Amino acid sequence: MTKFTATDKKDTRSGFGAGLHELGKQNPNVVALCADLTGSLKMDAFKKDFPERFFQTGIAEANMIGLAAGMTIGGKIPFTGTFANFSTGRVYDQIRQSVAYSGKNVKICASHAGLTLGEDGATHQILEDVGMMKMLPEMTVIVPCDYAQTKAATIALGSHVGPAYLRFGRPVWPVFTDGRPFTIGKADKMIEGKDVTIFANGHMVWQAIEAEAKLAEKGISVELINLHTIKPLDVDSILESVKKTGCAVTCEEHQINGGLGDSVAQVLAKHQPAPVEMVAVNDSFGESGKPTDLLKKYGLSPDNIVAAVEKVIKRKRG
Amino acid sequence: MAQPDFDKLKKLATQIRRDIVRMVHGCQSGHPGGSLGCTEYFVALYFHIMKHDPKFNMDGKGEDLFFVSNGHISPVWYSTLARAGYFDVKELATFRFLNSRLQGHPATHEKLPGIRIASGSLGQGLSVAAGSALVKKLNNDDRFVFCLMGDGEQQEGQVWEAAMYAAHNKIDNLIATIDYNGQQIDGPVKEVLDLKDLKAKWVAFGWEVQEFNGNDLKEVINGLENAKALAKKGKPVMNLMKTDMGSGVDYMMGSHKWHGVAPNDEELSRALAQLECSEDY
Repeated sequence: MTKFTATDKKDTRSGFGAGLHELGKQNPNVVALCADLTGSLKMDAFKKDFPERFFQTGIAEANMIGLAAGMTIGGKIPFTGTFANFSTGRVYDQIRQSVAYSGKNVKICASHAGLTLGEDGATHQILEDVGMMKMLPEMTVIVPCDYAQTKAATIALGSHVGPAYLRFGRPVWPVFTDGRPFTIGKADKMIEGKDVTIFANGHMVWQAIEAEAKLAEKGISVELINLHTIKPLDVDSILESVKKTGCAVTCEEHQINGGLGDSVAQVLAKHQPAPVEMVAVNDSFGESGKPTDLLKKYGLSPDNIVAAVEKVIKRKRG
Repeated sequence: MAQPDFDKLKKLATQIRRDIVRMVHGCQSGHPGGSLGCTEYFVALYFHIMKHDPKFNMDGKGEDLFFVSNGHISPVWYSTLARAGYFDVKELATFRFLNSRLQGHPATHEKLPGIRIASGSLGQGLSVAAGSALVKKLNNDDRFVFCLMGDGEQQEGQVWEAAMYAAHNKIDNLIATIDYNGQQIDGPVKEVLDLKDLKAKWVAFGWEVQEFNGNDLKEVINGLENAKALAKKGKPVMNLMKTDMGSGVDYMMGSHKWHGVAPNDEELSRALAQLECSEDY
């Protein structure tokens, strides 16, 4: 029995759309740009109600990032929307020079990230984006876990100052964080435990909730921390939890190189060495398929998390 | 607008050229060729055409804004900003040295007054300028946005994304200029990757296009005044500005070899001798 119940099933991108629409109502300086994916990014409501603040850029993502950087001059808060692949890899240099290095208040909002994009396949399933974005000085990086948290994170970005990357996805997914507080940079301890800490973000938080139920049946006590903000990283929460549990498993829908696992391992190696296992895509491209089948094939299922936990606990006991 | 004081503007252009060669000589690096070629354009913009405030404010509401996309010509921009009162002229001597606000390529990171976006990686400035011009419209600010690019830079795809976008969206408070000197690092633009009929390209993209000589101060001022007259009629404006790379220093003129090379002591003396200025400071 999972400790959290899905109150609904919705896509995280719709959480972004709802949050953006709410921001449009709250703040007349919020503007939105989209590169020909308005429906996919769920930006229609914003476009309908605030047409003078919505900018269709066409299939020209490099220009979209530059426009957004320019729009901060004069006080606007631009939110750009396209798929995660085109939000990062395609425009890395534009983000680096015109946004991050220039310290511009641009919010890069990226949908269809990771394997759960599904049938479109590896050309679109970016698994390197978090790494690219977290490497940039002054960039905030957030990977929310469900509809409610994506909406909360989007709204929070409206009053955050500085460049930020918000990563979400395509599939309908359990909603389970309704009413939970969200603060950029503050980890959310969802389950208390003592044998192992699971750090997860994005769609993998729900996978971890399911894994926790299976582990509880085996008598393993899991502490689950939703590490939605990869940068700035909540170092204190990581150290406090692992001090208690003595080992960690990280779970992310991203390459094993460069993501959440790297960030957690770096903190532990520096301050408090402990065994870490990483549930992530193992240096490979994805492929076409159903989201859940892909998660299973590439080692991101609840069973993979269970196996990683059992392995890390054995390592702890040496 | 008041009549231009050509005598004063010409002296300023000479002074700025002296600054450019001394700056690149001082750190033995930087890009003198394009900087010298664009000197009249910078003088015209900052000392006659633009409404701007040296007490710099990032948002620049109610002011004309200027973006340099070909950031490697930073020496001419830094000298112009200093001479226009944005910061102390003495700071020019720190160009490209450690802990300077005058980075090799322009940046906002060190908070140098006058700079609104980093540039250096080519092709990005027109997009930024178009974004800020859109915001001027949203804010009911009737001032203009100017942008300078290089001709070699026209080889970057993003330039044409921005070209298409600005015309489609009638960003007619945007006045862009291309430094059309025909040279890039590896050689003449025609040999490296020919732009063919550049004017026809911009016309086809839906811009109002005019041409003028960028090394004749009168022509530059008339050209930019005319650009303002052409603006706000539904189309963005493009100035194809013919210049000589290295203009003002005979041995640097007309060759790509001085794109990114600094003069030695003897070459500096020869350059300064050609750039006589009674009130050098």
